Amino acid sequence: MKNRDLKNIPSFGNLSNSHPLFTSEKVYKDRKSCIEREEYESKVLYSIEDAIKKSNLKDGMTISFHHHFRDGDYVLNNVMKVISEMGFKNLTLASSSLMAVHSSLIEHVKNGVITRIETSGMRGDLAQAVSKGLVDIPVVFRSHGGRAYAIKNGDIKIDVAFLGAPSCDSFGNANGYSRDHDNGVICGALGYAKTDAQYASTVIILTDNLVPFPNLPAGIYQSDVDYVVKVDSIGDPKGIMSGATRFTKNPKDLLIAETAAEVIEASGVLKNGLSFQMGSGGASLATARFLKDKMLKKDIKANFVLGGITGVMVKLHEEGLIKKLLDVQSFDLEAAMSLKNNRFHQQVSAYYYASPNNPGSAVNQLDVVILSAFEVDVDFNVNVLTGSDGTIRGAIGGHQDTAAGSSLSIIVCPLTRGRIASIVDRVNTIVTPGKSVDIVVTDQGVAVNPNRTDLLEKLKDSNINLTTIEKLRDKAINLVGKGKAIEYTDKVVGIVTYRDGSVIDLIYQVKDVVEED
Amino acid sequence: MNDRLRRTMMFVPGNNPGMVKDAYIYKCDSIMFDLEDSVSLEEKDAARYLVYNSLRSIDYGDKELVVRINDPRTETGKMDIKAMVASKIDVIRLPKTESVEDIIICENEIEKAEEEFGIEIGTIKMMAAIESAIGVLNARDIAFASNRLVAIALGAEDYVTDLKTKRYSDGVELMFARSMLLHAARAAKLDALDTVYSDLNNEEGFINEVKLIKKLGFDGKSIINPRQIDPIVKIFTPSEEEIEKALEIMDAIEEAHKKKSGVISLNGKMIDRPIVLRAERTIQLAKAARVL
Repeated sequence: MKNRDLKNIPSFGNLSNSHPLFTSEKVYKDRKSCIEREEYESKVLYSIEDAIKKSNLKDGMTISFHHHFRDGDYVLNNVMKVISEMGFKNLTLASSSLMAVHSSLIEHVKNGVITRIETSGMRGDLAQAVSKGLVDIPVVFRSHGGRAYAIKNGDIKIDVAFLGAPSCDSFGNANGYSRDHDNGVICGALGYAKTDAQYASTVIILTDNLVPFPNLPAGIYQSDVDYVVKVDSIGDPKGIMSGATRFTKNPKDLLIAETAAEVIEASGVLKNGLSFQMGSGGASLATARFLKDKMLKKDIKANFVLGGITGVMVKLHEEGLIKKLLDVQSFDLEAAMSLKNNRFHQQVSAYYYASPNNPGSAVNQLDVVILSAFEVDVDFNVNVLTGSDGTIRGAIGGHQDTAAGSSLSIIVCPLTRGRIASIVDRVNTIVTPGKSVDIVVTDQGVAVNPNRTDLLEKLKDSNINLTTIEKLRDKAINLVGKGKAIEYTDKVVGIVTYRDGSVIDLIYQVKDVVEED
Repeated sequence: MNDRLRRTMMFVPGNNPGMVKDAYIYKCDSIMFDLEDSVSLEEKDAARYLVYNSLRSIDYGDKELVVRINDPRTETGKMDIKAMVASKIDVIRLPKTESVEDIIICENEIEKAEEEFGIEIGTIKMMAAIESAIGVLNARDIAFASNRLVAIALGAEDYVTDLKTKRYSDGVELMFARSMLLHAARAAKLDALDTVYSDLNNEEGFINEVKLIKKLGFDGKSIINPRQIDPIVKIFTPSEEEIEKALEIMDAIEEAHKKKSGVISLNGKMIDRPIVLRAERTIQLAKAARVL
């Protein structure tokens, strides 16, 4: 038959058809119904151990988890327990972030199950242990955008991703909620997990809530998922999110927030089509309250807000002040419910949110970001990772990404916290470089980065209490004095990377200081 | 006319370093460090020491600095006065004032301390808080008892207990005390300050009370949290219309001065002294609220 002769396919350049001839034996016709397939051909397994076996996890490989369940997470601890019992060693843990609830990792590091850790941040006992020298290979800290970029470019090669999901169907369509049937656990957006699902070699979803196909909308699609493990419980709803984030009542935070809103107005960015991001911290979030009054007064509508989304932002949207909500992580139940019910509220991946190598990254479309800080130094460098005792107690999060991407980055922080100065000569740990920080708002004055002469010009005629960063530092020292320098050993326990993967600072082991009488 | 506004007098517990060290960041008119009721007995010395050192080392800007001392008949009260005079506080607030004698005892202690520290006699001002039925009845004499007095204030918690009643949201139980105090203050040309409103989360109730005391004629109110500053300032800030009118009156005065005319008139109406005084106060309040 002439029309079935492969030789008749013309060759074009170097390309030629190398595929074999079709034969009907290869056609597979499945006569099962959807319901039967869900039962017999699904990706569902009923034990974590089975899933690990099928994933071909081997010693030395890289595993990942997300931190959308925050301090309510059961997934990481439960999976690590099984991995440890199965005898794996020498694994790299590349979580999107680690919380206080993850202190079981201390044992797994001590036993050699985990030898390397990559994360956005760390808190609690694990962070204290790392600061005191737990790990031999330093922990690598990356921003959310930096991590997504490292995953895409292969710097982090995830072999197996274990991703908890509050809903999933038999084929792996997973989400942080379910329009069909919520099971009491809801986390809203799965932005960080989305990137892992997209790039990991093997993706395992763990869920306590198996819902009928198709689980739509989905945060993670079946095309990226290999196995679904039905477990009894993925987390404690109370630890995952509170009902609603309320505005702070702390008068100092409110004062700082009010000033930050005045700074935004005076900077000239308060225009129709504005976009902004505000963290969930006291002063940062409270800025929204004061900004709202200004938006109403001037009849200004924002185009979108980004980031971790709170109920506060949802309310502003519902009041017509914000058109769209781009949500990488829902901070409270109000945000999660809005994501579930509102088509103008969409979840985005960490890569979409903050990747440094894509001009489309949402952070690059930000006009204003309000960020908090442990410390800011006279070069405007910001530390959000190590505390005043030198130990790790925070996370980079999207700090570096939004500071660089936004056209106006504002740091809000009190001049002093108790007896600790927040404006210092040199921060303990540089996380966000001063070049990308535009304005520091404290309760005792506002300092503009001298490299932003344009902003200085705009603010100098306003009512804002302008000062310099050096004067703020001096004022802080006058109030609380200079603390004794922290003592470190020579051992590096953490490598802080910038969003492009370059090393921006190192964290050293804190010396155990013996108090003398 | 008094040149200092006392719309908001913010209580700061004298034993709380975190609050003492940067109380000046808030936009209150006066800061009142408390050594009395918010400090427990065993912390009296520590609080006095903290406030003394803070006053000597921290720049509180242009705020009026007030301290509420303990009973000057006691050793603690005497030491409070000595330390506060030494630190050159602006005003000493005498709590639970019941009689002229109370004022005189306090004044004598202040004077002794001024002498001891080489401070010009009469520098440190006084404020009397009236917190009992007898105090309210004696308010007139108290107000005239010393040249150091700049204001009298109502302390309602003790007062309502003394009256065998409690605080109500409409403030009807305080009507007599407020009116009495106000008349005493005005007769002696002193400022009159209203009592604290302690239900921080009842914003509506607070606003209603501030509106009421403004209507009555009070100069301001003692407050317990910086969050209470803004609502008071808003209520005490004159409207655009009021400011406009006050400015017209001031222009008319200037015009009259130019013409060397003794009679000031605006739009064909004669402007008499009370109108001028009210206009001056309107402008002062507008400037303080930075709307003029």
